[in-house]
Amino acid sequence: MAAEAEHNEAFAQYAHPQRLVSTQWVAEHTDDPGVVVVESDEDVLLYETGHVPGAVKVDWHTDLNDTETRDYVDGEAFAALMSHKGISREDTVVVYGDKSNWWAAYALWVFTLFGHEDVRLMDGGRDKWIAEGRELTTDATEVTPTDYPVVQREDAPIRAYREDVLQALGTTPLIDVRSPQEYTGERTHMPDYPQEGTLRGGHIPTAASVPWARAAAEDGTFRSRAELEAIYLDEVGLTPGEDVIAYCRIGERSSHTWFVLTHLLGFENVRNYDGSWTEWGNAVRVPVAQGEARGEVPGAAR
Amino acid sequence: MSAQELPAQLAELVTEFHEVPEPDKLQLLLEFSRSLPELPARLGEHPEELEQVTECQSPLFLAVELEGSGPEAPVSLFFSAPAEAPTTRGFASILHEGLNGLPAEQVLAVPDDLPERFGLTKLVSPLRMRGMSAMLGRVKHQITALQAG
Repeated sequence: MAAEAEHNEAFAQYAHPQRLVSTQWVAEHTDDPGVVVVESDEDVLLYETGHVPGAVKVDWHTDLNDTETRDYVDGEAFAALMSHKGISREDTVVVYGDKSNWWAAYALWVFTLFGHEDVRLMDGGRDKWIAEGRELTTDATEVTPTDYPVVQREDAPIRAYREDVLQALGTTPLIDVRSPQEYTGERTHMPDYPQEGTLRGGHIPTAASVPWARAAAEDGTFRSRAELEAIYLDEVGLTPGEDVIAYCRIGERSSHTWFVLTHLLGFENVRNYDGSWTEWGNAVRVPVAQGEARGEVPGAAR
Repeated sequence: MSAQELPAQLAELVTEFHEVPEPDKLQLLLEFSRSLPELPARLGEHPEELEQVTECQSPLFLAVELEGSGPEAPVSLFFSAPAEAPTTRGFASILHEGLNGLPAEQVLAVPDDLPERFGLTKLVSPLRMRGMSAMLGRVKHQITALQAG
């Protein structure tokens, strides 16, 4: 049984207010049957240092990525994971995490690939929960395994492959959500982050640069709809309703932007190109633009 | 993957990680993250004397001191990482426990593939493990620089 959407005026401004819950809502509903709170962080150990009481952990790398192919887990593995975490297909899943819900949004996006209907983000994430002085525990969460059905992933609606991006060049707007230095090609990895081995720096021609964190306020919550529209509509020039593809380096930061465009601004066909720069920057004969300008699609792009 | 060529105090840690069953390895790393010593006040008050390891996913700072000179000079290691970066703290703590106090030549001789020997790569991801390689690299680099200086 899914939980009712939170009635929260702060969320009413967004296209899909039911995709957000507040820290207060989580505090009141963690024990409800049909509600499972999931923590998903960048740091694989952070959950173990203390988590929202009753929350289970899903790690982006060890749980959601396939260990051999560069791909997400398949339907069988996802069903096994859900069962192991005590999540039923009808449950309301509330995801939260560190760094303005960056990795939480990634987990939510992967849940969406499997068509898990009711998956929400706790606005503000882990940091807001802690800033409010709410309880954390290191107690192990007791889980009753469920019988989660095997559902095959449906990538097409929200996931773009390299071929899709090549085909979309020049017609579908692209959003590059990496840091400005990665966009211009000055560097190929995030400032302060490990080099992940790309051979070319720069961005996909025509992509607009909107670092993902611009969508987050100081306290880690999402910016207001008006502020988001000022960025994505006025500044970037997106038209409500049009198709969009977002990418970053491996698809995690762009999941955050995917969430913003899809659930907060109501774009209906946003895809995350998770191959992102680690694929594009190494691919042979794909066009690359460097510098601050968006760049144009070269005639011989294909 | 023999631990033979490692200094004893480091080899012990590798063995320890190999002996715990898979599900408990993260817990062990967490315990290490908790036991990372605080910076001594003299360094804590002078963050400019610490070097940032930018390859780590989270802010990590380290300092290396040599007591005397020559290959036998004991190495003192200092690490600082925030509580919200337990994995990084855990790596630093392993290096601290495994290397602190050893003669410079022994630290310099630690194989660069050390991080892979803990059996954590699958649990922690190769990307995250790279932070530990970078820490080891910078420790060695600082020792060499101190010896030259």
